[in-house]
Formats: sequence, C-alpha cells, structure tokens
Amino acid sequence: MTLSDSSVVTRRNRRRASSAAMGFLRFAVTALTTIFGLLVVTFFIGRVIPIDPVLAIVGDRAPAHVVERTRIELGLNLPLYQQFFFYVKQALTGNFGTSVLTTNPVLEDIRRVFPATIELATIGTLIGSILGIPLGVLAAVKRGSIADQIVRIIGLIGYSVPIFWLGLLALVVFYAQLRLVAYPGRIDVVYEYTFTPMTGFFLFDAIVQRQWDVVWDLFRHIALPGALLGYFSLAYISRMTRSFMLTELSQEYVVAARAKGLSETRIIWFHALRNAAVPLVTVIALSYAGLLEGSVLTETIFSWPGLGLYITNSLQNADMNAVLGGTLVIGAVFVGINIFSDLLYRTLDPRTRSR
Amino acid sequence: MLHTLTGRFRLLTTAAALSIMVAAAPQAYAATPKDTVVLAWAIDDIISLDPGEAFEISAGEITGNTYDNLVNLDISDTSKVSPGIAESWTVSDDALTYTFKIKPDLKFASGNPITAEDVAYSFERAVKLDKSPAFILTQFGLTAENVTEKAKATDPSTFVFTVDKPYAPSFVLNCLTANVASVVDKALVEQHVTDGDFGNGWLKTNYAGSGPFKMMQWRANEILVLERNDNYYGEKAKVKRAIYRHMKESSGQRLALENGDIDIARNLEPGDLEAISKNKDITTDSAPKGTVYYFSLNQKNETLAKPEVREALKYLVDYDAIGATLIKGIGEIHQTFLPKGMLGSLDSNPYKLDVAKAKELLEKAGLKDGFEVTMDVRNTQPVTGIAESVQQTFAQAGVKLSIIPGDGKQTLTKYRARNHDIYIGQWGTDYWDPHSNADTFAANPNNADDAAAKPLTWRNAWDIPELTKQTAAALLERDADKRGAMYQDLQKQVLETGPFVIVFQQTEVAAVRADVKGYKLGPSFDTNLLSTVSKE
Repeated sequence: MTLSDSSVVTRRNRRRASSAAMGFLRFAVTALTTIFGLLVVTFFIGRVIPIDPVLAIVGDRAPAHVVERTRIELGLNLPLYQQFFFYVKQALTGNFGTSVLTTNPVLEDIRRVFPATIELATIGTLIGSILGIPLGVLAAVKRGSIADQIVRIIGLIGYSVPIFWLGLLALVVFYAQLRLVAYPGRIDVVYEYTFTPMTGFFLFDAIVQRQWDVVWDLFRHIALPGALLGYFSLAYISRMTRSFMLTELSQEYVVAARAKGLSETRIIWFHALRNAAVPLVTVIALSYAGLLEGSVLTETIFSWPGLGLYITNSLQNADMNAVLGGTLVIGAVFVGINIFSDLLYRTLDPRTRSR
Repeated sequence: MLHTLTGRFRLLTTAAALSIMVAAAPQAYAATPKDTVVLAWAIDDIISLDPGEAFEISAGEITGNTYDNLVNLDISDTSKVSPGIAESWTVSDDALTYTFKIKPDLKFASGNPITAEDVAYSFERAVKLDKSPAFILTQFGLTAENVTEKAKATDPSTFVFTVDKPYAPSFVLNCLTANVASVVDKALVEQHVTDGDFGNGWLKTNYAGSGPFKMMQWRANEILVLERNDNYYGEKAKVKRAIYRHMKESSGQRLALENGDIDIARNLEPGDLEAISKNKDITTDSAPKGTVYYFSLNQKNETLAKPEVREALKYLVDYDAIGATLIKGIGEIHQTFLPKGMLGSLDSNPYKLDVAKAKELLEKAGLKDGFEVTMDVRNTQPVTGIAESVQQTFAQAGVKLSIIPGDGKQTLTKYRARNHDIYIGQWGTDYWDPHSNADTFAANPNNADDAAAKPLTWRNAWDIPELTKQTAAALLERDADKRGAMYQDLQKQVLETGPFVIVFQQTEVAAVRADVKGYKLGPSFDTNLLSTVSKE
C-alpha cells in the first residue's frame, strides 16, 4: 500500500519535473527564435532603407573621399550576408557596436535611456491598473447604467484622442496655467549638480539617498507624462476588465454563490474578479510591455530622454547599431514579460499547472 | 449589497482624487538660478565635440563658445577678422607665408600655457584626422605628409603657416576663423591618445580648449552643460553656467519659456513667435544667418535642362506670399547665393511671380501644355509649406508637380545620388568666406559620376567649365574690393542661368526672457556667443 503509493508519487513527481524541463526548453527555444528572427528582420530592413548611414556620421558637407573612407570603415562595402555574419559574431560576444549619434557603445546608451522609460511605463501601468480595474468592474456590475456609459466614454477618449494633442493640452492646463507640475525633462536643472544618480532610476536613487527635495522634483516631472500614459492604459485595461467580468458574472458558480447567500461584494471582488484576473494579467503585462517600448510621442512632448526617442532618432539617421541594439532589448523585454505572465498565469490558474 | 459596492467606490474615487490633489499641491513659481542661463534647443545633430571633427550647426555654436582661434570673425564688420589668440600677423609679399605672433601669458582652461606649439598641433591633428571639416585647411595644400612643415611653430610665440598658392589673404584669414582651426590643448589631448587617434575618441565628448566657457558635460539628446572658464584671457563670462536643454518641440519650448523654466528658446516656429510677441516678459533677438533655402533642378532631366524651363520656373514662385506667411520672422526673400553681410554679397531679387512670362518661356521651349515633374521634400517646415506653395504656382502654368515626401536623411541620400527631379533644401556656408558658397553653387570641376568633388552643381549635373574657372580666379584676387566684385558677377550669372531657385535666407530667432541681458545672436552659427549674457 504505502510502497505503491510512494512509487506513484515519485512517478508523478518525475513526470512533473520532466514536464517542467520541457516547458523551460520550450520557453528557451521560443525566446531564442523570436530574438533571432527579430535580429534578422531588423538587420535587413536597416540595410535596405533608402538612407545612407554614412551621411549621419560625416554630414552632408563632407568631401567625397571622407565619405568613401567612412563607408569602408563601417564595412558597408561588403556583401550584405558578410555584414550580417560579422554583426552576429560581434553581438554574440556582447558587442553591439557604437552608436554614431551619441558616440557611446550602444549598450551604455541603452543602460542610460531605458531606466527613464521603465520609470515612466511603471508609473503609467500602476495608474492604469489601480484605476482601470475598479472602473472596469464597476462598468460590468452596473452594465447599461450611467456609470457604465461614463466608463465607456472615458475609454473611448483614451483610445481615440491622439496622445500628442492630449499631451500638449495637459501641459497647457496643468503646467502653463495651473503651474502644478514641472517641465521639461526628468529633473530640474538646479539638481543637475547636487544629485548623482546611481542606477539611472532617478526616483529610486533619490529615495535611497534620502534627498526628499529631489524626490519631490522628480515626482513633479513624472506626474504628467505618467498620468497621461496611465490614462491610455486605463482606457484599455478598464475595457478588458469589463468584458472579462461580464463573462465571469454570467457563470453558474456566481449563481451558486448567490444562492449560498454570499454578499454581492464578496462574489464580485473575491470570486468573479479572481477568475477574471487570470486573462487580465496578460492584458496588463502586454500593455506594460507596450509602454516599455517607449512612447515616442510622449517622450518627444515631455523631452523625456527615453528609449522610444532614442530608437526613433537613431532610425531617422540610419544609426543601425543603435536601432538593432534597441530592438533586441525590446524583443528580450517582450519575451521576458510574456514568460513572466505565463508563470503568473500558472500560479493564478491551477488548471494550467497540470498541462 | 450594491450599496456597499458604491460605498467602496466612493472610497476609491475619494482616494484617487486625494492623491491627485497631493500631486498637484501648489508650488512656488520656480525660476532658473540667477547664475545659470538655460537654453532650449534641438541639439540632436551633435555627433562630436572635437573641433577637428565637429561640423554640425549645434556643435559649431558649442565650439565657438568654448574654443579660441588665432583670429575671429569681427562681429561688428563681418567682412573682416579680429585678433584671437594671435595678437598680430603679417603676410609675405608673395602671399604664401603667414606669420602669427601669439599673445603672451595665455592659458588654457586646464591651466596649461598656450603656445605656438599648440596651434601647430591643432593644425596637424585636424589635417591628419581628415574628418569632414578638414578640407577647410587642406584646401591650402596641407597634407598629412607636409603639415608639420607648412604649419609650424618657429618659437613658442610664433606660428608660421605656408599656403600653396597666392590666395587672397581675406580668404585665408576667413578660413582660420572656422571651428576646425580652433586651438586645442596639446598637453591635455596627448594624455588621451589611443592608437594614434590624436585623442579624437576622448575629445568627442570632452574638452581641451581656452574659450570663455568650458564644456563640462554632454548627454546626447538630453543636455549640454557649459561652465565659465576662469582662465579665459578676455572678458570673463558673466554667468557661471550655461545649460542647453534638448527640446525639439516649438510649442513645448514656448510653454517652458513663458513659465520661466528656460531663459532662451531657440526653435520657435512662426505661430509661437507670433503668440509670444504680446508677452511683456519676453523679447526676441534675430540675426540673418549664412543659410539659404533653395530648390534645384536636376539637369539630367531633359526638360529641366532647357534654359527656358529653368528661367520659367524662377518666375513661378510666389516669393511675396512665401515671405509674408511661411517664413515670416524666420527668413527674408533672397535670390542670390551669397548671404547678406558677407564679402561680395549681392542684394538683388529680380524674380517675381509672373505666370504670363513663364508661359511664354515654356512655349518657347516647346512645352506649351506644361509638363510633369517630381519634387523630393523632407517633412519639416518651412520646406513643406514652400513646396506646397510652389506646387500651386507651377500649376498655373500647367506644370504638374508631384511632391514626394520623405525623411530628411532619406531625401538627402537621393539628392546626393542625383536621382531627383527637383530637390528642396538648404545650404549653410561652411566657413565665413564667399568662396564657401561659390565653390558649391558656381563651380563643378568634373561632372562625371565618379567625380572627386561633388558640389551642389554636381548634384544637379550642371556642367559649367567657364564659371568654374572664374570661381578659381576669384580665390586668387588679393584686392578685397575687386574680389567682392568678382563674386557679385558670379552671382548674377548663376541667378540668370543656374538650376538653383534660391528663395530665402534664414533668419535665426531666439525668444529671450526679459531678465536676461546681453544675449545677441551672431552673424554665423559659431558666433552665437554667451559670454556677454547676464541675468538680473
């Protein structure tokens, strides 16, 4: 009895372990092929766009021999496939080349600009989730009511109003008229000399260093762009929450719970939302990943030195090392967040564990 | 049950509202510090701050504020030069040898003394690095092999420069005011040499000069910080720091300026300039710059190569309307290739919109019913607006213009390969001398596809052996007045027969807060100096 019992358990454990290993392998293969595919596509698009990368380096007015020499220095005279193999070889050793525009190694640049974007995206997603989920629940519970319509309108505006316009409008109101927030950039010029960031996550650094006036200044700078991105993810998250909640609320277990006499609050927040949370995690994760790509327009309006601005500017100048490096980082982040949300999915939804 | 829910929501909304109010707690109105001047400017064109390499507009201004030359452009009379590091100079009778006496007891920002040896080293590294602006020096016959002989220090206070032809002295001295001839701190740069790069890798983002300001920090697309150089020999800068903040958006710059978070806005568009003109706290300063905007007709296109067509299209531009609206405040109608204020510039704008005349010319060319043609236009103002205006006026004479929009670098790549019909763009002088523009608008030594020099004439396949000779001759005319007259003649010829339809000369405008005093835009991009700026 006990013997066979334990052997069953071991077998089950073994199967579970091997399935975990398989799962991991599947993750790894997916991640690697995704990133490699990204690399190939970006590389070749970058080489066929009708912009001469040499132009970005030497400028329009350089003499012909300087242009030619630079072309050879960059290896642009070689056949495309050779250029590609050379790039991959370099990339595998962790060398993503130097950005033409900033003259820094691409990795160093990304280490500088990415934290700015992460900070903004995190604040945006936090605002979007904290406000978006309750709004979505409200809309679902009071389906068809005025509250539902209001949430719908808020969402619609978030979807359809160009962020460029809304950003400028917000600046005019909250910065120029009310003078509630700070602008431009991440930090006031007076702190350029008193504050030395360590990680590049300014808010985090300032809190660790207990420089409360800097924290306040940083907060005043991030409040508006953060709220703006927050609003846009709110629009998305609240709509998705509403639809997930509607599905859950029509399930039989809700009827059963009501029959059991559970309070409506408990049914909605504890039972229905908990089940709706499973797909919601993916939605939030994807929206976060989207923001991490860097919202180019938001970054432009607010002079926010983030990844979106960096990549766009590099692309316009055919600074291909920077574009490739940036794209790979974003690819890796996307894959990472997908894996993470998958794992979270497993913890939240017991059914996916056995599969 | 629902009652509890709404209760919760009320709590949530209250919390949200509270947190917004906390975030929005009224703040004291924050001005920039008194000892710091903050400028908002699109500085994303900077790719290097090494004066031997930098050739972009923003980098030119930074170099102009942080480095010093043997001679400088005389701001009060831009057809002359004034002493910089050199206190005096002489030109030999054969006009081949220039001898400069260096001012005594000068120091770099680092504290190292400035000697003729530093000047010679600066010339040597610029020539041997052979980056984009090096031609400004190598056009005098300097090569990597002979530079140490042709540009050398005979003693610590004497620098001798030998040129290969008896050029007009005004030409040579004008070229020495260019950024590429800035004097760098030899001792400091040599500490940072790797693989014989003359410290280029280091100097791209660092500083080794002697100008009124020191370059302290540059974070690409973000910020550039200058600090007063207390070792400067001339009048010291009045503010302690100058900070350039990268801002691309005109409306954003305007808001920040109105709120006092920046002191000077550099990229305001006509609409925003108009809006701030009523603000008592803001003044503006403007200065014509050495940049002309033009569109040009590729002579590889058989239709555009007809002289009558070239002339007709010059009559099909509504210069008055463009001047009154699209470039109001940021430019002035100007049809000749030398900018105002330069030696030999010609103030003549003979062309006006004249559809009847244009039709007559087109008929003479056998194109009574007009023709179809494309124009490559980068998607920024004011060129987009001008292209659209031209499209309308062309149509009045039956010329059907299709606009091909593109990104700046994209249209430029096409233009440089001579694959366009019509290209609209701008040209800024490389250095403050008429030869800079004459060399590109009125000379084309070789029109073959594999030519060594590819000036604008080449890009438009305009083959002009006779004009090329005249341009070369103007370079050797030692009498400045006669030389000026030669350039005026060149401009007339290009105006009449050339494939360039020059529309306007750029005016640079800066909007400045009223408490900032002494800010004056200079005649060239590297003379927008900050050392005279102070704040009340």
